[in-house]
Amino acid sequence: MALLPTEFADLEPYAATWCLGSEPERYAIRLASTMPEMFAFYAAITPRAEAAMSYLDQFPLSDLSDDATNLLHLLYSLVMVSFPVEAWSQPKVPDTGATTFECHIEPVP
Amino acid sequence: MPRFPKPAEGSWTEHYPELGTAPISYEDSISPEFYEREREAVFKKAWLNVGRVEELPRSGSYFTKEIQVAKTSVILVRGMDGEVRAFHNICRHRGNKLVWTDMPREETSGVCRQFQCKYHGWRYDLEGQLKFVQQESEFFDLDKSANGLVPVHCAVWSGFIFINLSRGPVEPLEDFLGPMVTALDGYPFDKLTARFAYRTEVKANWKLFMDAFQEFYHAPVLHAKQSPEKYSKLAQEAGFEAPHYQIDGPHRLVSTSGVRFWEMDSELVKPMETLTRSGLFGPWECPDLGEMPVGLNPAKCDPWGLDSFQLFPNFVILIWSQGWYLTYHYWPTSYNSHIFEGNVYFPRATTARQRVAQEMAAVTFKEFALQDANTLEATQMAVESGYVDRFNLCDQEVLCRHLHKVVADWVEGAEAPAKAR
Repeated sequence: MALLPTEFADLEPYAATWCLGSEPERYAIRLASTMPEMFAFYAAITPRAEAAMSYLDQFPLSDLSDDATNLLHLLYSLVMVSFPVEAWSQPKVPDTGATTFECHIEPVP
Repeated sequence: MPRFPKPAEGSWTEHYPELGTAPISYEDSISPEFYEREREAVFKKAWLNVGRVEELPRSGSYFTKEIQVAKTSVILVRGMDGEVRAFHNICRHRGNKLVWTDMPREETSGVCRQFQCKYHGWRYDLEGQLKFVQQESEFFDLDKSANGLVPVHCAVWSGFIFINLSRGPVEPLEDFLGPMVTALDGYPFDKLTARFAYRTEVKANWKLFMDAFQEFYHAPVLHAKQSPEKYSKLAQEAGFEAPHYQIDGPHRLVSTSGVRFWEMDSELVKPMETLTRSGLFGPWECPDLGEMPVGLNPAKCDPWGLDSFQLFPNFVILIWSQGWYLTYHYWPTSYNSHIFEGNVYFPRATTARQRVAQEMAAVTFKEFALQDANTLEATQMAVESGYVDRFNLCDQEVLCRHLHKVVADWVEGAEAPAKAR
């Protein structure tokens, strides 16, 4: 059963892991991932991100189908992993030790 | 030469001569005894923001707020008449906390017609009147009309709900806020309802974290690793200067200049910022929010970055030029710990592209805030050692100087009522 729109079937291998509906889930998987895993995800999604946004912009944001919502969540995960990949070379932002900052409310979708 | 003109006195600090220029003490941030005085003189006297009206969308909507520093819990509720009211969260029968779910110390929210005590079933209406007493005839001379919920002073300004825990009469909210803050009247806070909310406990005095967010002198250094190396290097060489600082009564404001990231060389921005057209300063496409209130961008900067309004004692409204805003709350839990709450508010996105840009701004905000919060624990530990007791503040840290002075003035003023505040 495909999670993403057929136009984005090439990204299906990443969908089960990275289509996550909440910030705490996306943040947790970032901390639990290795840098090679995040580099691979980033390298696969980034070239398709512009097409994904154009595809999603055909529909009202308040009325996305399940597969379109999954694609949007995949873009949120791309944003989440871009920080380690582009800036820090480590899953957690430098100089933050055991500090947490929990997101408990976020807009849906 | 400063990039922005300074006041005629030569500096922002000297423009407010009551602040002085000497190194300051942080004894007020490491002393359990001072914390006890602050509880009474500041947190039980000043207006405190506890949320926004959007959190109480209809009659019967309520939420509770734990105010540990004042050792109380408060119920905020919208009545049948549409008014927002506040009550101490305590049943008049045997003192049980009235509104809570599983955990007595945790906040809760919901919608109801009446509040019913879990213990013996006494019920109160949304206006606080005691309406039902289980086996009422067993009581002695019980006057239900004299046993309603104990009210807390409550007022709303621009959709922000404030309470005041004073037992006696209080200054009207708008008088307390003063002209600098109320000059934000008309900002479309009610249109920016897409909210990200964050929370953490920070092992530092609440004032030390307020200091961290009322100066940006730290930004090019502490946050250097957040940006491409070339940008960080330029930012550090340039340093930080604000075009405008302002103090009005106990409240204060810093305004900053902006950055046109969309005009910058691609080596200076991260690829994801270019892709999402967003970053720390917010989405690059600014929504049309109509005319801005007179109190915003006081230096008339172009490009303008943000205005950070520091409302005494523990509330910040930070408005970005790119059509979004943040709030910070610092709720003390002891002399060296507090709960920090951050909220990010955008207009509700109508397209996925807008929503992704908001996600980028919100995630960036969190990553910067984590660095700020972690630094504070280190500062608290070092200051508590007591081996250094005076600290040097520069002109870009004028607002830190003001906060510590105002807290001291309120504490001393409350303890010496003969002296005028």
